[in-house]
Amino acid sequence: MDAHQTAAGTYAKVLGALLALTVTTVLAAGFNFGSWNVVIALGIATIKASLVALFFMHLRHDKPMSAIIFVTGAAMLGVFLTICMLDSDARRDNPVRPAARETVAPALSVPAAPAH
Amino acid sequence: MSDNYLSSPPGFKSWLTTVDHKRIGVMYLASTLFAFLLGGIFAILIRIELLKPGHNIMTADTYNRVFTLHGVIMIFLFIIPSIPAALGNFVLPLMLGAKDVAFPRLNLASYYIYVAGALLAIAAMVTGAVDTGWTFYTPYSTTTNGSVGMMTLAALILGFSSIFTGINFIATVHKLRAPGMGWFRMPLFVWGLYATAIIQVLATPVIGITLLLIIMERVFSVGIFNPQLGGDPILFQHFFWFYSHPAVYIMILPGMAIISEVIPCFSRKTIFGHKAIAYSSIAIAGVSFLVWGHHMFVSGQSPLASVIFSFLTFLVAIPSGVKVFNWIATMYRGSISLEAPMLYAISFLLLFAIGGLTGLFLGALATDVHLHDTYFVVAHFHFVMMGGTVMAFLAGLHYWWPKMFGRMYSEKWARVSAALIFVGFNVTFLSQFVLGSRGMPRRYYNYLDQFQPLHVFSTVGSWVLALGFLIMAGYLWASLRRPMDAPANPWGAVGLEWQTSSPPPEHNFETVPIVTREPYDYSTPEPAEVRT
Amino acid sequence: MSTAATPHDEFLQHHFTTAEQQADAGKIGMWLFLVTEILLFGGLFVGFAIMQSRHPEAFLEAHHHLDRILGFINTVVLLTSSYTMVMAVHSARTDRRKRVIVYLLLTLICAGVFLGIKFIEYSDKFHEGLLPGRFYSHKGDTVPGQFMFFSFYFMMTGLHGLHILGGMAVIAWVLRRAVRGDFSHSYYTPVDLVGLYWHLVDLIWIYLFPLLYLIK
Repeated sequence: MDAHQTAAGTYAKVLGALLALTVTTVLAAGFNFGSWNVVIALGIATIKASLVALFFMHLRHDKPMSAIIFVTGAAMLGVFLTICMLDSDARRDNPVRPAARETVAPALSVPAAPAH
Repeated sequence: MSDNYLSSPPGFKSWLTTVDHKRIGVMYLASTLFAFLLGGIFAILIRIELLKPGHNIMTADTYNRVFTLHGVIMIFLFIIPSIPAALGNFVLPLMLGAKDVAFPRLNLASYYIYVAGALLAIAAMVTGAVDTGWTFYTPYSTTTNGSVGMMTLAALILGFSSIFTGINFIATVHKLRAPGMGWFRMPLFVWGLYATAIIQVLATPVIGITLLLIIMERVFSVGIFNPQLGGDPILFQHFFWFYSHPAVYIMILPGMAIISEVIPCFSRKTIFGHKAIAYSSIAIAGVSFLVWGHHMFVSGQSPLASVIFSFLTFLVAIPSGVKVFNWIATMYRGSISLEAPMLYAISFLLLFAIGGLTGLFLGALATDVHLHDTYFVVAHFHFVMMGGTVMAFLAGLHYWWPKMFGRMYSEKWARVSAALIFVGFNVTFLSQFVLGSRGMPRRYYNYLDQFQPLHVFSTVGSWVLALGFLIMAGYLWASLRRPMDAPANPWGAVGLEWQTSSPPPEHNFETVPIVTREPYDYSTPEPAEVRT
Repeated sequence: MSTAATPHDEFLQHHFTTAEQQADAGKIGMWLFLVTEILLFGGLFVGFAIMQSRHPEAFLEAHHHLDRILGFINTVVLLTSSYTMVMAVHSARTDRRKRVIVYLLLTLICAGVFLGIKFIEYSDKFHEGLLPGRFYSHKGDTVPGQFMFFSFYFMMTGLHGLHILGGMAVIAWVLRRAVRGDFSHSYYTPVDLVGLYWHLVDLIWIYLFPLLYLIK
């Protein structure tokens, strides 16, 4: 039970911000910012996620343990993603992939379905 | 006979619907010991087959299934749940002075989920071939016929059992400590289980999604791991080992935690470096997430990743080393007595040290190229998992047996068994270091004639091991048929679990304990047989 | 411990000494569970990221088949449901039983709308043969390999949809308890914890939407 009671009005304001950010991200996707598109989209998503976590999920006013748990989980996912991507990028020319760059739809080239 | 958790409430049905952590622990104990028996039988069969090259008692295809099943059963059905769910469930609330874990109904649910997963795994075994190895590497696992889908689904279900145990333990440690028990008055067994629980919660979901993806590949050919479709089989290995490496620390941390309990008691001396050991458990849990790629040095992983992983692997050895030194320092100038729990603890020290040190050869890139997928690896992990965790499990089992069941066992036969197990284990597995470094590959059905003498030697060791365990089964069973006359504190140990009767009453303590004494405070001598 | 029996005592389990202890434990437990969900879905995100980086043209081409308007509407619907959910918790904490019921119902309705729109989207995909893996049968692709995108689309939105269904079931259970009058300012933990779960489901969609529908 948090000692601080968030006012109902705050929740409405947060919803407003979330909706505005959603509109923003859709509009931004219509422009071509090159490789910044990904950064903008994920950045806005992270702001929205933070609003939900801090206000709707009460992380702002709860005891710190909840936030520690959440951040630890997110950090672990970050470690996993980072190292996998580093490794994947570092072996882009690994001959594990077929020589031709295009991939073929499975219906044409994969053997019959195995029993499962 | 006064009422205790075994007899009260009465009736078989009350066990099926129990939320008593002690009863749930006992049910887990029975189940995991059964799984150990099953996995052990497969091990004996493997070793018999390997008495000579080529066909002995089974075909090559059957051999692949047998070692797969040995691995799956031992890892998912025995070793991961064993210490936390069987011993931990029983002892942790008692050690904290609590009446139960934080979520008793979730505890029962996690047991039933374990049973469901185990039954599904057995069904997969009998209805089809699972010969992928317990590692389920793609593309073989995603394209081969057989009941791979069923087995991966079983492992997924078992994972949830593990997750729920972890959630329960973390919440319990945070919120249910008795008055006066600050974090550093908590026994080290609890610290070990807490660190383990962190890994269980963070890592297990990733194996969950990995197993799900295997099923998706088999059913839908989604393509993520299939090189023909533009996927990446090395990515599978990343996914798999991101869990499975921390998983081995799920296996060893509780074992180390038991050693931290047994050694002070049987040295009648306070543990050396209490805080260091506590922190090292957390450190191991944290670093364990950063080293998974050391299973993948020859997989085609990038050299960059390999170098990073190798360096971090050396780091993770440090906190383990801290523990080993602290345990030895605890024994130094202590008053050592060699009852069964201590015999297993000392075995642990030696065998885990060997296992851990041999891990360094595998963590170093240059040597791993030669040793990967040889019997050296097999020997290494059996030394840490069996010479380590199983020895610790046996130490804990014998240490808390009187508390759990109210009876002592035959100390004489326990020592015979411990000796046989120690000798048998070393004969079986030391020889495998030699086999591996000389080039004998693992998972091979056939082999060059020059390896036969060592294989025979190893197999004979497995028979000595089996004999040791059979004798153990015998005297433990005999113990259960004795009258319930064990004292509350047969070992004169320090800890809240010894302040209640053996076995404890249903609600754990007659009066809520208040902690005033420091843990492992053996400075005031307590007679070995203490009043109830 | 106070001698007067308070309304929440009937919900205090025997192994806890205070209601606050019980509520705190529940919160820790739920956050731990949410972390497992983050890592479960996280695996799919990692797979998506790596496959997208290896097949950028195929993923770019494939994602044009997704309807951004429907995706946008779904995002709005889910964000609104998060608002109605937190208002339900707020109402429980301020002893407004009727509002709890109304807000929980609104949340369920939003969830239903979300699933309805997803059903429409899925039907469209089925008709066009835009299906995962081996079932991909869309004709006339200039860029090959688009089946992989749809493998992830269906796996990620499918798993997410299953979690919405599960969430609806749990919310319905909490609704039943609210009707029964179980909740008050001294005991509203189930609403609180179910709310946390629901917000996580929303959080996952907050990332799914741009990744699948918007990113080039």
